[in-house]
Amino acid sequence: MNLFKYASPQTFYPLAGRLIPFFAIGAGLFIIYGLYIGMLVAPTDFQQGDAYRIIYVHVPAAWFSMFLYVVMAVYAILGLSLNAKLSFMMAKSIAPTGAMFTFVALITGAFWGRPTWGAWWVWDARLTSELILLFLYIGYMSLQAGIDDTRRSDRASAILAIVGVINVPIIYFSVKWWNTLHQGSSINTSGSSMAAVMLQAMLIMALGFWLYSAAVILTRVRREIEDRARATAWLNEFKD
Amino acid sequence: MYWKSMNDFLHMGGYGLYVWVSFGITFVSMAIEILLLRARKLSNEKIKDLL
Repeated sequence: MNLFKYASPQTFYPLAGRLIPFFAIGAGLFIIYGLYIGMLVAPTDFQQGDAYRIIYVHVPAAWFSMFLYVVMAVYAILGLSLNAKLSFMMAKSIAPTGAMFTFVALITGAFWGRPTWGAWWVWDARLTSELILLFLYIGYMSLQAGIDDTRRSDRASAILAIVGVINVPIIYFSVKWWNTLHQGSSINTSGSSMAAVMLQAMLIMALGFWLYSAAVILTRVRREIEDRARATAWLNEFKD
Repeated sequence: MYWKSMNDFLHMGGYGLYVWVSFGITFVSMAIEILLLRARKLSNEKIKDLL
């Protein structure tokens, strides 16, 4: 089997089209099931009351805000090192979804912070580094949109994506490295501090957000392939 | 089922506003992303018909 068969836009386009419905349906089912367990079955939290339920959207959104950034940076590296057009298109297609999850993580965090800490926002390490992540996504998208020549915009924005990836471990470990108002991780290498049913609901929601990300990113990369194919077709007409 | 009544569920032990706004913003954001992609699909199809 040729592993590189789907590395070209022409072969990837129909493959993505066939995969999207499965991801989309899976996303819907997991999110509904996760909401059912988290909102209807799981009990309240003895410390935070029902405000804790924000965790079911906040943590999956925060995870994917970071995870998608890393995936975007990996595609940027692949694009630069292999000069692969599809990798640049994937990186470009990931950014808006990553930015959306970063925005959601910040806003839901504010709505969780207000009742539990008494503040919508504090300038501590976790919150500030997550805000920087939003600016990195916005910077990446602005750079992509700001340069007309696709080859140059792909390369310039890829470098920004790669440099910015240093912020991801800073976000992740910020609650360990600095004193912060933000609570520590509920899940780490030594296990989970959450009740089983709460953990189950959160992981199901995370799986739903993962499938959602796959569905929207593949949809966006198909639109991107169409846009770029149109641009070259347009150019070809003027060749002779 | 954890809740005793619909009111109980909506009230969220006094945190209803915070919980429901958080969930609302999350799913509205996702819905907007889907709608924007749909609009891009429709506009790409329209351009394709014109060419």
